[in-house]
Amino acid sequence: MADTTLAKDATAAQMKISEEVAISIEGMNKWFGTFHVLRDIDLTVYNGERIVVCGPSGSGKSTLIRCINALEEHQTGKITVDGTVLSSDLTNIDRIRSEVGMVFQHFNLFPHLTILENCTLAPIWVRKTPKREAEEMAMHFLEKVKIPEQADKYPGQLSGGQQQRVAIARSLCMRPRIMLFDEPTSALDPEMIKEVLDTMIELAEEGMTMLCVTHEMGFAQAVANRVIFMDQGQIVEQNEPKEFFTNPKSERTKLFLSQILGH
Amino acid sequence: MSDTHAQSVAFMRDTMLPEAPPPESEAGVVRWIRSNLFSGWFNTILTITSLYCLYLFLAAVGPWLVNGVWDAADIRECREKLQGATGGCFAVIAERWPQMIFGFKYPSEIYWRPAVAFILLLVAIAPVLFSKVFPARMLYFSALYPFLAYYLIWGGTILIPVIALLGFAVGYFVYARQVYRSFAVGLFGGIAAAVATWFIGGFITAALPEFLALREVASRDIGGFMLNLILGTVCVSLSLPLGILLALGRQSEMPVVKGICVVFIEFIRGVPLITLLFVANVVLAYFLPPGTNFDLIVRVIIMITMFASAYIAEVIRGGLAALPKGQYEAANALGLDYPQAMRLIILPQALKISIPGIVNVAVGLFKDTTLVSIISMFDLVGMVRGPILSSSDWNGVYWELFGFAGLLFFVVCYGISQYSQWLERQLRTDHR
Repeated sequence: MADTTLAKDATAAQMKISEEVAISIEGMNKWFGTFHVLRDIDLTVYNGERIVVCGPSGSGKSTLIRCINALEEHQTGKITVDGTVLSSDLTNIDRIRSEVGMVFQHFNLFPHLTILENCTLAPIWVRKTPKREAEEMAMHFLEKVKIPEQADKYPGQLSGGQQQRVAIARSLCMRPRIMLFDEPTSALDPEMIKEVLDTMIELAEEGMTMLCVTHEMGFAQAVANRVIFMDQGQIVEQNEPKEFFTNPKSERTKLFLSQILGH
Repeated sequence: MSDTHAQSVAFMRDTMLPEAPPPESEAGVVRWIRSNLFSGWFNTILTITSLYCLYLFLAAVGPWLVNGVWDAADIRECREKLQGATGGCFAVIAERWPQMIFGFKYPSEIYWRPAVAFILLLVAIAPVLFSKVFPARMLYFSALYPFLAYYLIWGGTILIPVIALLGFAVGYFVYARQVYRSFAVGLFGGIAAAVATWFIGGFITAALPEFLALREVASRDIGGFMLNLILGTVCVSLSLPLGILLALGRQSEMPVVKGICVVFIEFIRGVPLITLLFVANVVLAYFLPPGTNFDLIVRVIIMITMFASAYIAEVIRGGLAALPKGQYEAANALGLDYPQAMRLIILPQALKISIPGIVNVAVGLFKDTTLVSIISMFDLVGMVRGPILSSSDWNGVYWELFGFAGLLFFVVCYGISQYSQWLERQLRTDHR
């Protein structure tokens, strides 16, 4: 549905990607109890890359990106984010989390705070930014996601699409170097998906390093420079979007693509 | 036929309908009475029966209130004045109300001191309860108030509350200076500094017992509704923070902390309050070194606070459990550390959910303060049961005395309940 509108942004995909490594994951394994969710994951993300992770539900894609900012603990292997090795050391984790923004499927805005307070909270308490400066920055990013007029409302008064754009602005206020998106449009009404995707595309055009779990294949074709397909906790296939969609290698990928693009 | 059908399928609206008011018959007094009181034969019978019961009640209580005798020296004079008619003997309240409020041993010349303390209490809790109305600067007074109230009610040298305050100030100062090393160093350093201050201060107060001293009143002389209010306010304000700590401790991933909290909560909840009060009154003395004079009111406050905090902890745990996991994750993902996430994100929401439960505990606690009458402290109920009813002047005036006691408690508890409902409305942020 969104494919046609996004096609014109395809040029965005030809943006420069630096040689610097943003995230590197080596031989990472994770279990939930005895269930082996992530199996031997190796992944290197360079600065400025826009990666879309897709796959059937239960394939471990959300868990993968949640491991990157330590919302989930991995058991073996090594994750390095922005030069810092992820360990159980709390100060280490807090530093990584303040460099990595995260957008959730269900927005997770703080319902007891106004939109503006949602955006200024972390800069004020984590970055120790002065309140006025934090508010100016919050308004800047709220303008960027095109809802500055909602600043004094509470999250409960906004539509789903607006809430998700606030969630993006809230992450941006921490000036992250990497953004993680965990199915950002899955909980939205069809009418609202586009406004969120537009915001994400704009972000991609500015060169933000993005790792995005999504089923929006139009978005993947438009802005991603790499698509990763996961199944049963493993990376099954990864490729440039054009090759990935037109010429998938594995049978599993072919089946998946035929199912989600088939109708 | 097929034409009309086709027409009904293809439809396009060319004008949007404007908003219209509801029909007249949906509003008005008559409409309300009909739909709420007489909406069917069963409801009509119910309405008439309730009106009749109401009439019976008023017919009994009305004359009792209206014919009441307010001026009499004792119950015999009351009966003479009534001459067999129905009527309350309210003279007992007129004559004994100072005792019911202050207890029968509190010196009557200095009733003004607890009275001033009570008025200042209202000033002190106003900015806490209504933070939007009153300036935040008034909170400084709220912080000073406990020490001031102690000085006014108990009297003695002003050095005692001053040094108590100083101990807290020194403790906080040390904590603030040391907390950058680690939280534990700051906390224990602060506690040590405070205890040291109090220890040294103990010598100063012992040396200067007359310095700016008010007439001293012993704890056993404090009674009446004043005692209920002291116990109620102190225990509620102490048990809320303690309950929060216990609830967080119970959720902790550290097994020792969690274990201590679970054992404490389950133990306290499994023991009746009266047992704890007896422990405070009698048993505790056996464990303390001989000669230590550990004030009875302090012992009772500790027991009631422990009791209430265990219940509050469970209420707050319910609030914490009700929060979606996403709130914790969002706070973590933004880089907030544990204390920040708790203070800024989790607790404001969890406490809001817990307000009805917390108020429930607070109201219950306030009424439970009357249980101290069992360990021979003369609170309001203790006063009524003891000195007043057992005096030959007023022996037999039950309804009036207990009614008055009930009224005093009702006013406070209803006030607390109304406040909590107002607060819930204030904190509602979803659809307004």
